[in-house]
Amino acid sequence: MANARGELPTWVDIGLIPLLNLFIALLVAGLVVLIIGENPLEAMWIMLKGAVGSIKGWGYVLYYATNFIFTGLAVSVAFHAGLFNIGGEGQAYFAGLGAAIVGLSLEFLPWPIVIPLAILASILFGAFWAWIPGYLQAKRGSHIVITTIMFNFIGASLMVYLINNWFRPVGKMAVESREITGAYILSFREIGLQFFGVRLPSTPLNLTVFLAVIAVVFVWYLLWRTKLGYEIRAVGANPEAAIYAGIKPDRIIIIAMAISGGLAGLMAVNEVLGVQHRLLLEFAGGAGFVGIAVALMGRSHPVGIVFAAMLFGLLYQGGAELSFAKPLISRDMIVVIQGLVILFMGALEYAFRPTLAAIFANVED
Amino acid sequence: MALSLSWERAEPKFTMTPAIELIGIDKRFGAVHANKDVSMTIAQGSIHGIIGENGAGKSTLMSILFGFYAADKGEIKVKGQPAKIKSSFDAINLGIGMVHQHFMLVDPFTVLENVVLGAEGGRLIGPALAKARAELTRLARDYELDVDPDAIVGELPVGLQQRVEILKALFKGAETLILDEPTGVLTPDEADHLFRILGQLRDQGKTVILITHKLREIMAITDHVSVMRRGELVATKQTSQTSVEELAELMVGRRVLLRVEKGKAKPGAVVLEVKNLTWRDSKGTARVDNVSFTVRAGEIVGIAGVSGNGQSELLELISGISKPTSGQIIFEGKDIGILGDPRHVRQEGLAHVPEDRQHRGLISSFDASESGILGWHYDESLGHGFRLDREAVVNRCQSEMREFDVRPGDPLLKSAKFSGGNQQKIILARELKRNPDLLIVGQPTRGVDIGAIEFIHKRLIELRDQGKAVLLVSVELDEIRSLSDRILVMFAGRIMGERDASSDEREIGLLMAGVSKDAA
Amino acid sequence: MDFSLLPEILASTIRLSVPLVLACLAGLWSERSGIVDIGLEGKMLAAAFAAAAAAAHFQSAWIGMVFAILVSLGLALVHGYASINQRGNQVVSGVAINMMAAGLAVVLGNTWFKEGGRTPALPGSARFLPIDLPGSAVLADVPLLGAIATIISGHSIITYVTILLVPLTAWALAKTRFGLRLRAVGENPHAVDTAGISVALLRYKAVIIAGILCGVAGAFLSTSLSASFVRDMTAGRGFMALAALIFAGWRAWPALFACLLFGFLQASGNYLQGVHLGGVEVPVQFINMLPYLLTVILLAGFIGKSIPPKASGIPYTKDR
Repeated sequence: MANARGELPTWVDIGLIPLLNLFIALLVAGLVVLIIGENPLEAMWIMLKGAVGSIKGWGYVLYYATNFIFTGLAVSVAFHAGLFNIGGEGQAYFAGLGAAIVGLSLEFLPWPIVIPLAILASILFGAFWAWIPGYLQAKRGSHIVITTIMFNFIGASLMVYLINNWFRPVGKMAVESREITGAYILSFREIGLQFFGVRLPSTPLNLTVFLAVIAVVFVWYLLWRTKLGYEIRAVGANPEAAIYAGIKPDRIIIIAMAISGGLAGLMAVNEVLGVQHRLLLEFAGGAGFVGIAVALMGRSHPVGIVFAAMLFGLLYQGGAELSFAKPLISRDMIVVIQGLVILFMGALEYAFRPTLAAIFANVED
Repeated sequence: MALSLSWERAEPKFTMTPAIELIGIDKRFGAVHANKDVSMTIAQGSIHGIIGENGAGKSTLMSILFGFYAADKGEIKVKGQPAKIKSSFDAINLGIGMVHQHFMLVDPFTVLENVVLGAEGGRLIGPALAKARAELTRLARDYELDVDPDAIVGELPVGLQQRVEILKALFKGAETLILDEPTGVLTPDEADHLFRILGQLRDQGKTVILITHKLREIMAITDHVSVMRRGELVATKQTSQTSVEELAELMVGRRVLLRVEKGKAKPGAVVLEVKNLTWRDSKGTARVDNVSFTVRAGEIVGIAGVSGNGQSELLELISGISKPTSGQIIFEGKDIGILGDPRHVRQEGLAHVPEDRQHRGLISSFDASESGILGWHYDESLGHGFRLDREAVVNRCQSEMREFDVRPGDPLLKSAKFSGGNQQKIILARELKRNPDLLIVGQPTRGVDIGAIEFIHKRLIELRDQGKAVLLVSVELDEIRSLSDRILVMFAGRIMGERDASSDEREIGLLMAGVSKDAA
Repeated sequence: MDFSLLPEILASTIRLSVPLVLACLAGLWSERSGIVDIGLEGKMLAAAFAAAAAAAHFQSAWIGMVFAILVSLGLALVHGYASINQRGNQVVSGVAINMMAAGLAVVLGNTWFKEGGRTPALPGSARFLPIDLPGSAVLADVPLLGAIATIISGHSIITYVTILLVPLTAWALAKTRFGLRLRAVGENPHAVDTAGISVALLRYKAVIIAGILCGVAGAFLSTSLSASFVRDMTAGRGFMALAALIFAGWRAWPALFACLLFGFLQASGNYLQGVHLGGVEVPVQFINMLPYLLTVILLAGFIGKSIPPKASGIPYTKDR
């Protein structure tokens, strides 16, 4: 598309345009803050301070970013195969089931065995929840967007039933499972206390953040350094050429969706095992949808996704702090910014391109 | 295609005011200068042909007349009056109708609904449908344009769909009818019928503009002919006072003789044997119909034919992209047809330069080195097992680019940024590098500059002289004739006959038009 | 199953179907023109908030309705601009609209009413209240007729208008010039363009109709079905309407029946908290997921086949 719409230097494409779009999204959000009757600059300052002004703040930012890296990578792997997976939310939610089943039923085993198994179960459950839409798209022609949306709802109902009827201990009021005691070890605070005897500030940050780093490297390696990745990108960029090359798009669609779902599923590791230590309702909390914004903002590249996920982590943590300091500005402001980013990065992707292309064409002449 | 045009031809009566005048039309699409200062006068009540090769600017010119594109410069007069045609709406109101190469029909609509679209005449469509029904009956009677008004258009054969297009234009009161390559999708009988209809329209005083690249159609049906070449109008002639030879020369310009240095072929063992190969599309039509032929080592076999006569499907079958309905494709003793898998077919030692460079041959968003391994990406030399060794990929591309003189020689440049000729060289390099026993190649020089054409032709001959087999499919008859040792002509999915390279062009032309003494 | 509840369940079915039908018709107009609309949910939510907020402020349901329509229309135009002018990805645009609406409604609600995103409870005078059809009270004790009266009487004006919109939509699509052109542009915009008709204008009209209908649906939710706006009050109805649209094969009458079916599932879920079938209890969550499950099965072609308008979701460019 870039060709048809005018050529732009790479740094503009992957750097300037996302920043420009972010700036406009923040500008619009600032306008809303102004309408509310608050000072946008002051709000921005509170957010920044709340997010990166303390170790605790950083802990939260990284914790949020961990979630968003997983869901962002999930969306981007599907993007590379030419698929729009809106089902990251449902896949992450469903993956919590795997984490909880393993974490609760195998808790008699030592943690170095349980935790990897629970992680594997999260991946497999998430992958399964994406595999079905992938299979239906490849073999039955069902549109992946619709099917993944439907699967979010099916998953949500199913999880309510399962948590309520299977996981909730008898007599407990809250709709949640009992504690996965073996999972406490993932938390940095716990590690600090047990192994080093230091008290760390209480943050939800846990070992899963390293899993996120591994996932980033994995996705980069998969897409650009393996034959499977080559095939995934070929199918996404030009299915006709892929068929000519002997690649089977059906197979790739199914595999890419399963990988995408598995990545989304890792989010359950962070939430269920790493932070909550139990399976509870709606634990995904919209992170699956944030993944869409993150993938778009990060240009579907793992490195870009890390930056975008950090940015959204900052917004989420800063937003929480802001709503404490200024009760008028609800945390939902962040959802608005998210929507604006998706709008400008995704749907209005080409809005600034002609102008920028014209500017750069003039510069080069 | 249609040769037996034997209807009575009334002497054309041209009135003084021309139907259409195009004055100094100029249009650019970015770097492409599609129309350069084109002026043309179309006489009322005539059939005016516009001929030129692919990309000569014929369709652009007519799209401007029909208001689909705006000209950068120039003026249009309709019946002597200056006309501002800003959209198709204006064109239709001025009595201009167009039958596009790709039909502009709404498939799930009935014929009536399609005809009425845009000419409903009021907020409700009931009255218009009734009017259209009556009008269609009249047009069917007057012009042999019968179609079932209640048929679903998507279910009609292409010949009838085209009639619906003509009916649409006439229903909207078209006085001037533009047809863009109307016979490309038609059988000879259907084309014949179409020309009869056009003749009748002319006799009733309508003006017809016929865009084509087929000389025979021009000679058979038009009163005047304009020749376009690379965006320019080269000449306008009265058809009765020109000849096929003269028009051909005008079309191509100073006739570039494709002289390819080649010695005599030394055919060896049979490499490819195609036996009774048939492929039916989803509608059950045999697009490749009981085709049999052989290709030997050390020879180039050319398949000539007007595009759309089953050549593309044949290429897809041999390369494993689609599976035969019946018949065999025997490559070095093995039936590769039953594999139906391009990767396995490649592993057997067959290489394929596809017809459509942009959509099949490479991936425009990939860099050149990545496009340079398309189809061979699983090869162990590019990384063991699941790995893809980036360095190996880039180095490979670099050396291929040097050998094939690809410019710019940058493996990291996006594939889309190379010119057509250089893209084709990247593909050819990729396919030849594996030392295949058989190369099948479709339209090797379509949209390729002269320098690259020479280079590509030379490589194909070299390949032959190394004792490899080459199957060449091209719609450029000149190319087929200058490269091939044997020529097969395809028509309507069948092989119409085989000729050797020295045979008469006219004879091959006849076969391409479906006329044959020795057809099976 | 307790059949004495049936009339009430059916009456509730109708009430719960109203927003579904409106949103479904909105989707129908939009998608038949070739614009995929994932943003039904967001438009409805924003409209529900606007209706409740304006109705609370002006103490008038009708002013609430006007604001609901304006707000929904605004979002629809954003979607139109992204999809038609900018040729952006329509699904992405819809997702963005859903998020913006969900966020903004709560942010503004929190600021204006300081009840954590909720709007003040509306008095009856600022709501669309049930209208008792004449004679329904008399029939109340008559067997069968009383049940029917319970079902069809006692709905708000929006409900009755919605039911009229279905035949109107079917008729307009089939019999009017606008309908013909709209169906054409969703199947093959090139055919429309070469017939001298503006593709963009037609699609904008469709998007505007979708905006208005979603606006009414939102107003119904917060000023008729309930008496205030609460966070996420659409609760996936926009997506359920989308499912119904697919279920109905993008046709108006089947859309009504699909919505009634889904509404019935919702209503029985609410009333019964589970259904006993042959001694086995079917949990309410399974009833809730049924619309989505059925849609997946239908889309996969296991029961018939639902074919969307051919050009839907594809930005229109002249060249091909």
